[in-house]
Amino acid sequence: MQNILSWITANEQMFYIVILMIFVGIEVIGRVPSVLHTPLMSGANAIHGVVVIGAIIVMGKAEANNYLSLILGFLAVVLGTLNVVGGFVVTDRMLEMFKSKKKK
Amino acid sequence: MQLSILTLLYLIASVTFIIGLRMLSHPATARKGNLIAAAGMALAIFGTIFLYRDENGNKLHNYLFIFAGLILGSLIGTLAAKKVKMTAMPEMVSLFNGMGGACAALIAMIEFNHLSTLLSQVPDITYPVAFVTNDGRSAIAGRLLIILAGLIIGSVSFAGSVVAWGKLNGKVKDFSFKGQHIFNIVLLLIILSLAALLIFDFTKSSNNIFYLIFGLSIIYGVFFVLPIGGADMPVVISLLNSFTGVAAACGGFLYNNKVMLTGGILVGAAGTLLTILMCKAMNRSLLNVLVGSFGGGSNAASSTQTAGNYKEITLNDAAVVMSYASKVVIVPGYGLAVAQAQHVCHELEKLLEEKGVNVTYAIHPVAGRMPGHMNVLLAEADVNYEKLLEMEQANEDFKNTDVVLILGANDVVNPAAKTDPASPIYGMPILEVEQSKLVIVNKRSMKPGYAGIENMLFFQPKTSMLFGDAKGVLQKLVAEIKTL
Repeated sequence: MQNILSWITANEQMFYIVILMIFVGIEVIGRVPSVLHTPLMSGANAIHGVVVIGAIIVMGKAEANNYLSLILGFLAVVLGTLNVVGGFVVTDRMLEMFKSKKKK
Repeated sequence: MQLSILTLLYLIASVTFIIGLRMLSHPATARKGNLIAAAGMALAIFGTIFLYRDENGNKLHNYLFIFAGLILGSLIGTLAAKKVKMTAMPEMVSLFNGMGGACAALIAMIEFNHLSTLLSQVPDITYPVAFVTNDGRSAIAGRLLIILAGLIIGSVSFAGSVVAWGKLNGKVKDFSFKGQHIFNIVLLLIILSLAALLIFDFTKSSNNIFYLIFGLSIIYGVFFVLPIGGADMPVVISLLNSFTGVAAACGGFLYNNKVMLTGGILVGAAGTLLTILMCKAMNRSLLNVLVGSFGGGSNAASSTQTAGNYKEITLNDAAVVMSYASKVVIVPGYGLAVAQAQHVCHELEKLLEEKGVNVTYAIHPVAGRMPGHMNVLLAEADVNYEKLLEMEQANEDFKNTDVVLILGANDVVNPAAKTDPASPIYGMPILEVEQSKLVIVNKRSMKPGYAGIENMLFFQPKTSMLFGDAKGVLQKLVAEIKTL
């Protein structure tokens, strides 16, 4: 128990961010119209692609002879980038159609 | 200096994520919001590549691999996102989500390996390993906890997303067996207890347990999504989306990286709320969706009654009544999406408009495969935005409507939702098409829709059926109207 408490203390900042972000996340999309559910989901999907940063760090730290890390890390970078780039492009494609509509 | 620039970049990126999400939830600003978040992401990624230093001040290396991965991922991602048909958008989102989950799981794996090699070099370590070392840095058990959380959530999200993708694609069929929910709960409990065992009793043979947890998590992800009906996939994808957010946040915890933490938790929270909102649009609870009493089970079909006779209408008659009506409302549904009939549909609308008929579209919030899906599809076919009516508005209009043309929609116009408390869709808001003077229903057959229930609308005297694939029928209808 003591262990866990001091772990929380050691990571105090991180826990604050977690809690505040939960509320921000809920607040920020509070009144989204149902028309936008799909694009919003897709946009959020692209944002969690930040995980690719972790993959880059893993990859960049891997020793040149640690093949397991290199292979898995490379795979992680590819997949993470897929998530980010694909996510933003798909979202943009969806929203582009909403836009061109309004101009006419 | 360089590190503080990186910190600043991360800060900017975090803010763009929040602003981006906010703008994404308003129609007028949505597209800009997406681009802002993308710009923030680019800053964070390139900042990491060039400015990151580890605790000892070392730069990253393996640039060749990193850039190769980035370029490969960008190429495939862009190509896939550009090539995908509008109707297949939802499964694409699901697949990308799965990739993110897999990425998080891979990171967890590498970090675990790293940790266990590190531990094997320490000769006499005391077990259970401590959460915190004396110097106050988060130590082995804390790291293990985060690694395991990232692994489990990431793998479940990956496996689940791939199954959801297959289901929307029609490659994977609904599958459930008796006691599946109990099986799932037991499986989850086993995974969690193995994780606890690993944290509190870490030994050198723990590697095997780690990979066992990975395997079980994948299996859990598959069985979590398999029994859920195809119509509920949007909700599931949204839920898995928020899972991946949390998995990404675990990575942020691991590297003490605030932008990953912010982005991950932000999506985790927003995704969860979005999931609940989607359920609300369908008037169902999340629990109901997950337990899958709706699409998955065979119980729903039992309410089939012999409902009487329906009548068919010929193409020619349909063309005539629509051409001479003063107001026509089109109700698009899943059938339209499957048949890719949005362009012909727009052609029909233009043709009727030329003849002086007032044509609008009534969009049910959950029509198609995902909320908002119909809007996207019709927008692709250049249908004027103002012609799309939301449900409330459409329901007021039906009284003054001469002809309602239903294209492959079923459950969203089923009057049982209002009249029959025993019906599984009772209470779901519907489009009240039966208030108009004439209803023409285009379907491929009399087979019930996703909910597996009979639709009494089809047997009402004012309803006529027009069987066939939506695209084919519309093409013939257009040709017919041209000859009039």
